[in-house]
Amino acid sequence: MAMTVHCDIVSAEEEIFSGLIEFVSVTGSLGDLGVYPGHAPLLSELKPGPVELKKQGGEQEVFYVSGGFIEVQPHKVSVLADVALRAGDMNEASAEEAKKAAEHAMADQSSELDYSRAASQLAEAAAQLRTIQQIRKKLGK
Amino acid sequence: MAAGKEIKTQIASIQSTRKITSAMEMVAASKMRKAQDRMQASRPYARSIRGVIQHLAKSSPEYKHLYMQQREVKRVGFIVVATDRGLCGGLNVNAFKAAVASMKELHDQNIEIDICALGSKAVSFFKSYGGNVTAAKTGLGDQPEAADLIGSVKVMLDAYDEGTLDKLYVVSNEFVNTMTQAPKVDQILPLKAEDDDDRLSHHWDYIYEPDAKELLNSLLVRYIESLVYQAVVENNACEQAARMLAMKNATDNAGNLIDELQMVYNKARQAAITQEISEIVSGAAAV
Repeated sequence: MAMTVHCDIVSAEEEIFSGLIEFVSVTGSLGDLGVYPGHAPLLSELKPGPVELKKQGGEQEVFYVSGGFIEVQPHKVSVLADVALRAGDMNEASAEEAKKAAEHAMADQSSELDYSRAASQLAEAAAQLRTIQQIRKKLGK
Repeated sequence: MAAGKEIKTQIASIQSTRKITSAMEMVAASKMRKAQDRMQASRPYARSIRGVIQHLAKSSPEYKHLYMQQREVKRVGFIVVATDRGLCGGLNVNAFKAAVASMKELHDQNIEIDICALGSKAVSFFKSYGGNVTAAKTGLGDQPEAADLIGSVKVMLDAYDEGTLDKLYVVSNEFVNTMTQAPKVDQILPLKAEDDDDRLSHHWDYIYEPDAKELLNSLLVRYIESLVYQAVVENNACEQAARMLAMKNATDNAGNLIDELQMVYNKARQAAITQEISEIVSGAAAV
């Protein structure tokens, strides 16, 4: 019987796979890499791409991850998948947005009731704006 | 029977309130189950990433990250997680009390404080209470997404990177069980290494791809984000549980109130009938 190693594939919002595998290949930031049981400790960033597993018994399975990390220990492989697509400028924009929301909230000294309504409207508008930007981005490609 | 009519209207209004509270209770109960599932679902990631971070802390990296170094504390950041809506008992108030207590302690040591408020209740609390709110995020809804938190967490992490903040805490509620939620204040930066695994105590290091610095940077940011996300998801489960309990109490109280009013109404009606009969009887006797 082939050697196996325990593998976990998880994202922040759910567990995607957990079990014994014979082989896994992922898209590392420097290129594809395959891991067999007993691999040296390795920590690598992942690019968006497929994760191919060969489960115990030879059955194949493929998952898609939109980036993340892989940690390899001789007895364990963990794939930490990202849920959100990340781009540097997008993070910057959302940080800016959070700051603005804070400033806005503090500057507005009207009653609390008005404020919470205004805040939810603001959040809604911001969300719509974000969606539009994402759609535009997709269309642009 | 003038009083009788007033009591009737009052009973009707309490009954409609009871309908609303019992509906809210049921909604909260079903939402709580989903929130609990989400809380469970987010745990494997947190466990795995914590494992990686602990291995990292024990490895002998050529590069020591900023987040792992202790430094003199002049200014600390608090990420305060609260709900967007009210009617959930003392949940938010308890968390704010815990936050304010530890803030006061730091304030007495002349340490300044920056706040990141998550949830509109946190925003409005710190607006009236005072405090330097540098980031805010509201409207997370019942299904908070990790992506929604990236911005606010980044504000705090940037401040930490620049050296403005020297420590970072998260204040949120811990889901003990459906009946109990406990506020907690956790330090998330700098990272504390825990000692429980001796297998990795010898000298070793990872193969890093690409280089250690870049990799650790983004990995640790992910870790902090996952901690905050976990806190938000857990707080969401707490919110639903607390609301369910608060609404159950409100429904019970409305029921009691209705019973009492019904009693008062019956008595008033009986009194009116008795009076009428005695009037008729005495009238007939006089004839």
